Amino acid sequence: MLDKNGIAKRIAKEVKDGYYVNLGIGIPTLVANFVRDDISVEFQSENGVLGMGPFPYEGEEDADIINAGKQTITTMPGASFFDSATSFGMIRGKHVDLTILGAMEVAENGDIANWKIPGKMVKGMGGAMDLVASAENIIVAMMHTNRAGASKLLKRCTLPLTGVGCVKKIVTNLAVLEVTEKGFNLLERAPGVSIEEIQKATEGNLIVQGEIPEMEL
Amino acid sequence: MIRKTVSTVQEALTGVQDGMTLMLGGFGLCGIPENAISELVRLGVKDLTCISNNAGVDDFGLGLLLQKHQVKKMISSYVGENDEFERQMLSGELDVELTPQGTLAEKCRAAQAGFPAFYTPAGYGTEVAEGKETREFNGKMYVLEEAFKADFAFVKAWKGDEAGNLIFKGTARNFNPCMSGAAKITVAEVEELVPAGSLNPNEIHVPGIFVQRIFQGKDYEKRIEQRTVRKRD
Repeated sequence: MLDKNGIAKRIAKEVKDGYYVNLGIGIPTLVANFVRDDISVEFQSENGVLGMGPFPYEGEEDADIINAGKQTITTMPGASFFDSATSFGMIRGKHVDLTILGAMEVAENGDIANWKIPGKMVKGMGGAMDLVASAENIIVAMMHTNRAGASKLLKRCTLPLTGVGCVKKIVTNLAVLEVTEKGFNLLERAPGVSIEEIQKATEGNLIVQGEIPEMEL
Repeated sequence: MIRKTVSTVQEALTGVQDGMTLMLGGFGLCGIPENAISELVRLGVKDLTCISNNAGVDDFGLGLLLQKHQVKKMISSYVGENDEFERQMLSGELDVELTPQGTLAEKCRAAQAGFPAFYTPAGYGTEVAEGKETREFNGKMYVLEEAFKADFAFVKAWKGDEAGNLIFKGTARNFNPCMSGAAKITVAEVEELVPAGSLNPNEIHVPGIFVQRIFQGKDYEKRIEQRTVRKRD
């Protein structure tokens, strides 16, 4: 079974040379730490920066330079700043190659919910609805089950949707799965995790075809 | 040169009344019009509709207006870090229209640029699209979103000149350029107000035509919400 860093490490393998990548808040942010350093990648943050670098050294924080999680950041050579309309133009216009975000629920038809629990929690959708409606290459990073142990990979989402039919790939602490017309196709198992364990933690239709390899991290 | 300068924040906010719709720039606490917000609190204007990506934190930014119950309705994309906002929203005291961030930006830009509405894929099939016209283009579904209509836009820039030209720094730019010229009156506050001619015209982010009033801001706190650093090796 993987921890959050393990999930980020596996997703980092999906980041290819020449990609512009948008990372959501939470596990997705960790992906930047594991991207190979022999490839060229630029990270976009939807509040208006392309070419994000690591956190600043102590004492070098600048209140005017933050990411979408409101964390202080630095920029890399070649970085640029822009306004919010331009930023979402990059996203809707499909100039961003890969979007990685978290979710509360994903359904076997690719629907995603990650912004609201009616009556309990409303954080807002932020840029998530724009991202999922526009990006062609979306990976969801999340734990396979919630804190109560219930599956987050469902037949149908129960929470208010963020987007419909948009998720293509999911990386959890247990598995890598792709969304197909027939359901969640199991691609890889996390180290030491059995198909039975994945089956038990997946409410939606799980497709298991042939040998399912363990992830290489 | 058409001069836009006013000497005080009081003068800059002349005409702001109860029940108005206001746009306020900023993302989180980054690039917010701190001086204008303080003056709105001092004026005590009520029943405001505020268009702003976030609502500040409990004790700073737009959170100050929420504390005083001056806001009737918020139009935002994310309210995450503000407990008072979440409390007022869940209890029904505050009317909240959550809008996808890119749609929020474009509704500002459309108002600035003279478009009454536009189609976006964001929110299709979700509760955001309920009651809105949808249409298919090239096999994909889009939602019709209308431009905002606002009385005042309050924006904050790094540098500005007497003609109302603005330059921003870093990610403090965010919604500020989109809101400039998107309301009946745009008020810009700047960290450094300079004479016309001292800014390079090639480097202007917002041309002065979009700004009606500009003033030298003061006492900027520029709070950081999430101070994240790495240790030196």
